[in-house]
Amino acid sequence: MINYILRRIGYMLVTLVIIAVLGYIIIELPSGSYLEYEINRLRQQGGNLSQDQIRSLEIRYGLNDPAYVRFWKWISGFVVGDFGVSFQYQQQPVGSLIGQRLLLTIGISTFSLFLAWGIAVPVGVYSATHRYTIPDYAITVIQFLGLSIPSFLVALVLMVFAQRVLGQEVGGLFSDQYRAAPWSFAKFADMLKKVWIPILVIAFGSTAGLSRIMRANLLDVLGMQYVQTARSKGLKESKVVWKHAVKNAMHPLIMILGGSLPGIISGETVVAIVLNLPTVGPMYFQAQMNQDVYLAASFLMFLSILGLLGNLIADIVLAWVDPRIRYE
Amino acid sequence: MSEFNVTNPQTPAEPEKPAFEVFDDPVSDVGELSQWQLMRIRYSKNKLAMIGLIGMAVIYVIVFLGEFIAPNWYRYQNRDYIYGPPTPITFTDPEGNFSLRPYTYATTTELNPETFKFEFTPDFDQKLPIRFFVRGDTVNVLWWQTDLHLIGLDGDQRIYVLGADGLGRDMFARILVGGQISSTVGLFGVALSIVLGSVLGTASGFFGGFIDDMMQRAIEVLGAFPQIPLWAALAAALPPISQSFTVIHRYFLITVVLSVVGWTGLARQLRAKVMAYRNADFSQAALAAGSTDWRIIFTHMVPNGASHIIVIGALSIPGMILGETALSFLGLGILPPAVSWGSLLTDAQQVRVVVQHPWLLIPALAVVITVLLFSLIGDGLRDAVDPYSI
Repeated sequence: MINYILRRIGYMLVTLVIIAVLGYIIIELPSGSYLEYEINRLRQQGGNLSQDQIRSLEIRYGLNDPAYVRFWKWISGFVVGDFGVSFQYQQQPVGSLIGQRLLLTIGISTFSLFLAWGIAVPVGVYSATHRYTIPDYAITVIQFLGLSIPSFLVALVLMVFAQRVLGQEVGGLFSDQYRAAPWSFAKFADMLKKVWIPILVIAFGSTAGLSRIMRANLLDVLGMQYVQTARSKGLKESKVVWKHAVKNAMHPLIMILGGSLPGIISGETVVAIVLNLPTVGPMYFQAQMNQDVYLAASFLMFLSILGLLGNLIADIVLAWVDPRIRYE
Repeated sequence: MSEFNVTNPQTPAEPEKPAFEVFDDPVSDVGELSQWQLMRIRYSKNKLAMIGLIGMAVIYVIVFLGEFIAPNWYRYQNRDYIYGPPTPITFTDPEGNFSLRPYTYATTTELNPETFKFEFTPDFDQKLPIRFFVRGDTVNVLWWQTDLHLIGLDGDQRIYVLGADGLGRDMFARILVGGQISSTVGLFGVALSIVLGSVLGTASGFFGGFIDDMMQRAIEVLGAFPQIPLWAALAAALPPISQSFTVIHRYFLITVVLSVVGWTGLARQLRAKVMAYRNADFSQAALAAGSTDWRIIFTHMVPNGASHIIVIGALSIPGMILGETALSFLGLGILPPAVSWGSLLTDAQQVRVVVQHPWLLIPALAVVITVLLFSLIGDGLRDAVDPYSI
């Protein structure tokens, strides 16, 4: 077991090196640099930069170095925990920038994850055990709709609903008077009034898919002979379903849970942009668009590490849940 | 992950139905029908799947004849109808008189001096009957240049069935034309992923060893990137629209971007299939009879995997359509002057705009319907292919 985990971590390191190189290339792919973006921005505001100023900025951002030197600067810092500075956020360190938004992001994601699973598993089990009944058909229709509706549309509709019917001001997580204020009970209460929209939207996106997978798996398992055996032993139906069948139908869901680890950090980027949430996703998106290389690259790297870790954890949990799984 | 020894608990070892029931059902008479005939029959028995298939066929006809069906050219800008609401169509006038031909009223546009907003008031005295096959803007329907439109009004009057956007363009026409891109981008994306995924997946599963290791790492690397950020990064790298880089180029590169992520899932599943077939008796027999690797791949692996490939392809179309919508919504996918449902929805990004002009959200309805129909098709195909399903 230990051997296996060590070998997997070894593979992960190799993969991470490739990801770092590839990710950096992808992030630098768009033409232009942050400097050009900055110059354009200043020109639009009416200011103009002299050649000297441009040159000094180029040196400050290290834009004249060849790509591999810039890559080395970034990756050698990244390994020891120095993620570099952001260009667009007045040279703030990337670590603290992400850190500021991380807590809210994780909070929202975790809540929606629990909500989605809390709904999806029972619904999936119900529609599998009540197959081809009217509630099952109703659930199936809703699931198909849920899979077909883009999440940003749900966000927009909920926002219109909140504004028209509930008369709330929408967008963002905080009202104007609390935005810059330090955390207090009033600010927290204010946030609670608004946070239900993103949680609901994000949960909605994954519930349909999860419950559909749960239903399909459970149907497969319910056809197995050991389920029949359990029934013929005279076990209560609830015990047959929950103890014998559901436990064996959870495997793909555990893999999915592992795969959703990076999503907890990145959040639903598109939804967050529409809802104007102060989470990490929109910040990454902006960084990518403006060629804020350190911020974007570090963030992409974080997500990839979490993705690989999630897979590993899922495999370990799978082995822990199901004693039939053995490591080579 | 591949490194496990899992006794797969999900697949039942044998069909569940007892034999005598199976023989009652002519569909299951495997002996007389080929696998593809069997699939077709089983598919056509699935009502929801047939709804999906017919619905999509109708949608394709409508969107590709869109410029003929819509009363206005999709790029015609009407200064007097900016953010104009959908024109009400009625059979009865305010006095309750019924007429068989539907008609609408002329609208007058006025600037409200207090709110500085345009106000559109119907003029109940001026009835405008709706005519069919009328002359209007010159448009290109596929390869046919015409000024004929399916619906329209007499003279210079214009009708806006689904309202107008911020430049006074007909939303109905734009939705239909946008559908040409949105409803096909997933197909091309999937076609590309199928080519990539099936070649690489088959090679990986068949040859094993070093090739397999490399492929597994490549899939793992691509899978480790979060999907939307990866799509966004790649789409941002595409050059802007210009003389040498037209909207068509961009459209195809967007499909490439979509399939960069898409092929990995297919390759992974196909690899597992091919590995199983490789050890099956018929492959071993072919090998013993002296077949080359290529012969085994093309006569044994590909036909066996084909149905599987189609199913996975069909199931991944909805994700690609939603991906294009999300990318275009963020301003990274299809760019003007081309239109897609996602790029139409960029106008609806702000709640303020949506609350005032709710008809700007209608393209989303088109997305939902299309994705739903494709999901039904994919689901139907999966059931039709799986021999153990009931």
